[in-house]
Amino acid sequence: MELILASAIGIMTAAGIYLVLRLRTFPVILGISLLTYAVNVFLFTSGRARVGAPPVLRDDITTYTDPLPQALVLTAIVISFGMTAVIVMISLGAFLGSDDDQVNDQPDPPQDRSEGSS
Amino acid sequence: MTHWLIAPVVLPAMLAPFIVLAARFHIGIQRVFSIVGVLTLIAIAGGLAWAASDGTVLLYQLGDWAAPFGIVLVGDKLSTIMVLLTAVLALFVLIYAISSGWDDRGWHFHALFQFQLMGILGAFLTGDLFNLFVFFEVLLIASYGLMIHAGGNERLRAGVQYVLFNLIGSTLFLFALGAIYAETGTLNMADLANRVDLIDAGETVGIRVAAVLLLLVFAIKAALVPLHFWLPSSYAEAPAPVAALFAIMTKVGAYAIIRVYTLIFPTDLSVTSGLHDVWLLPAALLSLAIGMVGVLAAKRLDRLVAFSIIGSMGMVMVSIALFSPEGIAAALYYIVHSTLAGAVLFLVADLVRTGRADLNLTPQPPVAGATITAGLFFISAIAMCGLPPLSGFLGKLLVLDAAYGTDLMVWTWVVVLGSSLISIVGFARAGSVLFWKAQSIAPPQDAVPKAPPATMSFVAAGGLITLLAAHTVFAGQVHSYTTAIAAQLFEPAPYISTVVDTPGKLSEPTEGH
Repeated sequence: MELILASAIGIMTAAGIYLVLRLRTFPVILGISLLTYAVNVFLFTSGRARVGAPPVLRDDITTYTDPLPQALVLTAIVISFGMTAVIVMISLGAFLGSDDDQVNDQPDPPQDRSEGSS
Repeated sequence: MTHWLIAPVVLPAMLAPFIVLAARFHIGIQRVFSIVGVLTLIAIAGGLAWAASDGTVLLYQLGDWAAPFGIVLVGDKLSTIMVLLTAVLALFVLIYAISSGWDDRGWHFHALFQFQLMGILGAFLTGDLFNLFVFFEVLLIASYGLMIHAGGNERLRAGVQYVLFNLIGSTLFLFALGAIYAETGTLNMADLANRVDLIDAGETVGIRVAAVLLLLVFAIKAALVPLHFWLPSSYAEAPAPVAALFAIMTKVGAYAIIRVYTLIFPTDLSVTSGLHDVWLLPAALLSLAIGMVGVLAAKRLDRLVAFSIIGSMGMVMVSIALFSPEGIAAALYYIVHSTLAGAVLFLVADLVRTGRADLNLTPQPPVAGATITAGLFFISAIAMCGLPPLSGFLGKLLVLDAAYGTDLMVWTWVVVLGSSLISIVGFARAGSVLFWKAQSIAPPQDAVPKAPPATMSFVAAGGLITLLAAHTVFAGQVHSYTTAIAAQLFEPAPYISTVVDTPGKLSEPTEGH
C-alpha cells in the first residue's frame, strides 16, 4: 500500500516535471495536470494511509481515518480542475491568435505591436 | 464577536456577482457600484486598522467553530494595515481604469476587480494556511482574467506564461501544505506555531522540506530571483490599471513570508535555522541587483517598470531577510512606498502610451499632455530610485540602518547603493529619451493629434503621488507605527493565545460527540 502510493506520487511528479519543462503549451499543461494528480494523492496520504477505515465518526467504530485530508483533496481537485480549464482556454486563445504554441518569449518581438485596444 | 473582520472579504464577494448578473450591460452602473464598493472597503479597512492599532488582535471564527477545527480570520496590526493599503490603492487604480476607458475594452473588468480584491484582502486576513491557499487561488484566478483583459495576442501569450508559472506555484503550495499537515496535524497558523516548536530535533526532515517549499511558493509570489521569470512579461503586457493593482500582489508574497516566518518558523527555531540568512538574504540582494540592471537594460518603458518592481521587491526582501524588528519595520515602511510608487509608474507608463504608437524607448514626436506626464514620470521615477526628497530615500535609509552591523552588511550596503545608482541611470535614460529627445523630432505633416489623456487619469496618478508625499511627510509617525507592528510580530504570544484560546463550538468536548 505505502509502496504503491509513494511510487505513484513519485512517478507522476517526475513525469509532470519532465513535461512542464517542455517548450510547447500542450505538454506543459499535461505536465501540470500530472503534478496536480500527484499532489492530490500526496495530500490524501498526509493523513496516514489506512485501508478500510471510515472517515466519519460513528458509535461502535474504533479505527477511523483522518477526514480532513479528504476535504483538503476535494478543494484541491476542484481548484486545480478549474485552473486547468482556464489555462486550456487561454492557451487555446493564444495559439489561435498567434498561430504558435511556444511557451517562452519570442526572441524578437514585432515592432508594430497593437495597443491592446481590442 | 463583531462581524466586521469578514466584511472586506464578503463585500467584494457579494458585489462581484451582482455586477455580473444585474449590471452586465451597463458600464455606468458597474462603475458606480465598483467605486462605492471600494470606498466602503476603505471605510471598513480604516475602522479595522483603528481597532487593531492599540495592539488588540481581532478574531473572527467562521461558523463559531473554535480555532484548530474551524477557519479563523485574524486582524492584527500588520493584516489591517495591508488591507487598508490595498483598499486605498484599489480606489486610485479604479479611478484610472474608469477615466482611461480601460474597463470598457473588454468584459467583466469590475467584477474581476472585485474578486481580485476579495482574494487579496482574504489572504491578508486569514489565520489558516489552507485558507491562505484558497485565497491565493481566488486572487490568482481573478488576476488571470484581469491580465488578459482587452485581449490581444501578445497579452494572451504573456497570460499563458503567467498562468502556467502560478499553477506550478500552487502545486508546490499544496505539496508544502500536505507535508505540514502530515508532520503536525494542523494547518491553523497559531496552532502550528505551538506544534512546530514541539517537534523533536531529530525528526525534522518533513517540516524542513515543508518550510523550504513554503518559502519557495511565497518567493514565487514575491518575484524573488531566481523565481521572478513570470513577472516582466506579464506585468508589461497586462493592462495598465491591472498592472498597477498587481503592485500589491507581489506584496502578498512578502506579507506571507513575514507572517509565516515570524509566527510559525521564527528565526531562533533550530528547524529552519539558516533559511533566512543563508538563502533568503542573498536571493533578495540578487533580485535587487538584477531588477535594477533590468531597468537599465529594458528597451520598453513597461518592461522597465516591471523590472523596477522586481528591484523594489528585492529591496523589501533584503529588509525582511534580516528578520530583526528594525528590518521588518523598515520593510513595512518600504512595502507601502514600493506599492504606491510601482502603481503610479505603471499608470504613468500608460499615460505615455496614450498618443504614442508604442512604449519602445525611442524618440517619437511629443504628444498632447506630455508635459504633465513628463512631470509625473519625473516624480515617480525619483520615488522609485530612492532619491530625496520622497519616501524611497527614507525607506532605503531605514533598510541600510537596519542592516548596519549584520554579517552581510558590506554586501547589503554595496548592492543597495550600487543598484540605486544603476536605477537612476536607467530611469534618467528612459525619461530623457521619452520626453526630451521627443522635442527634437518634428511630427509628420499629416499627423492628426491624438486626444490627451482624460483629466481624471492625471488625478489618479497625482493622487498616488500625493500619498507618496504624505508617506514622506509623516514618515516619523508611519515608521513608529511600523515599528509597533514589528514589535507585535516578534511577540506572537498574544496572537497565538487569542486564536487558540478563544472559545467557540467544539472548544470543550461535550456529551454525545
